Amino acid sequence: MLARSCLRSTRLVGPVARNAASKTASRSASTSSSTAEEAASSWKTTALGSGATAFAIGSVAWYYHLYGQNVDAMTPAEEGLHPTAYPWEHTKWSKTFDHQALRRGFQVYREVCASCHSLKRIPYRSLVGNIMTVDEAKALAEENEYDTEPNNEGEIEKRPGKLSDYLPSPYKNDEAARAANNGALPPDLSLMVKARHGGCDYIFSLLTGYPEEPPAGAVVQEGLNFNPYFPGTGIAMARVLYDDLVEYEDGTPATTSQMAKDVTEFLHWSAEPEMDDRKKMGWKVMAIGGVLFALSVWVKRYKWTPLKTRKIIYTPPGGPAKNPSSPRPSVKMNERQ
Amino acid sequence: MAGLSSSLYNLFFRKNTVMLGTVFASAFAIQMAFDSGSEKIWDGINKGRQWKDIKHRYVQAAEEE
Repeated sequence: MLARSCLRSTRLVGPVARNAASKTASRSASTSSSTAEEAASSWKTTALGSGATAFAIGSVAWYYHLYGQNVDAMTPAEEGLHPTAYPWEHTKWSKTFDHQALRRGFQVYREVCASCHSLKRIPYRSLVGNIMTVDEAKALAEENEYDTEPNNEGEIEKRPGKLSDYLPSPYKNDEAARAANNGALPPDLSLMVKARHGGCDYIFSLLTGYPEEPPAGAVVQEGLNFNPYFPGTGIAMARVLYDDLVEYEDGTPATTSQMAKDVTEFLHWSAEPEMDDRKKMGWKVMAIGGVLFALSVWVKRYKWTPLKTRKIIYTPPGGPAKNPSSPRPSVKMNERQ
Repeated sequence: MAGLSSSLYNLFFRKNTVMLGTVFASAFAIQMAFDSGSEKIWDGINKGRQWKDIKHRYVQAAEEE
C-alpha cells in the first residue's frame, strides 16, 4: 500500500521533471509522450527499492545481532579446550579392548594413579580373565588387609584380601583425601571415562596436555597447575606421567603418551567392563534381527498378494462396463442380466 | 523332488510329537552353529586383542615358578 502511494506521488512529481529528463527520454519513440515521466519515476522506484532492500538487510542484521549469537555462560577458558578426537582402536564397533594394553594400563594405575585416586568399584575378581590370571589376582588381593566380620566378642579384625574384595582406596574418606591434597579431592576413577565430556579423548588430552610452563598472561592460582583441557585451566593435579616412569613387563617403551593411552584404555574398561560382550551380542542381535525382518517382509507381501493384485471395476446400473479392455466376469454378469 | 519332500513329510511332520521334536532339535542345532560361527568371526576380527589370546604368556610364567 505504501509502495503504491509512493509510485502515485512520483507520477505527480513527473511533469515537473519532464523538461529536465528530456535528454534521456530518447530511447523509445513509440512511447515518447510519457518517456520523461517514466524516466523520473524509474529513478524514484530504484531509490525506493534500494532503500527497502537496505532496510530489510539492516533489520535482519540487527535481529541477528540481538538474538542470533551464541550466549555462553562461561568464557572459553572456563569451558576448557575441546579434546582432540583420537582414533581409538577399542572404540570401534567391531573391536574389543586390547587386553595387553589393559594390563599395562592397570600397571600404570597401580604405580602412579593409585597414590591419590581410588578405584572403588573394581573388585579383584573382575581382573581375573581380563587383565591377570587367578593366581596373580589372589596374590595382589592378599597384599592388602580388609576388615573381618565381627567375631564372637564383637571385635573386628584384619584379614588378607580375597578375590571378592574391592580395590583399596588411598584415603580413608573424602575428607582425608581433601586434607592431604591441599583441599582438592582426587575423584574416583572407576567411571571416569563415562563421567567426563569427551571420555577417552579428554582423559588422554588432560594427561598429556600439561605445557612446560603456563602461557603468557594465564593466571594460575597458588597450588594449582595450568592445563588447557581442564575446565577453568587450573587443576590441582600436577603432571604425573613422564617418559620411563614405569617399566612395562612386556617391554613396551614407556613413553608419556604410551602410558596415557594405556591407562585411558584401562579406565575405559573399568567404566565399561561389559563392552566386549556387549558389542559381540549387538552383532548377533543385528544378524538375527536382519533375518527376522526379511522374513516379516516376505510374510507381509505373501498375505497382501490377493489385495494388491485384484482389480475393481465399477459397472454402472443399466449399461455395460465402460472398460472394454478387460474381459472381466463383471461384464459377463452384466450381459447375463 | 516330490519323493524327497513326501518322505521328509512322512518322516518329520506326520506326527505332531515328532514334528515338535524336530523343531526343538533343529533350534538347538541352529543355535549352536550360529553361536560358534559368530564367535569364530568375532575372534578372527579381534585376533591378539582378547585375554584368551595373551593368557598363555602369564599362565606359563606362573607354572615355571
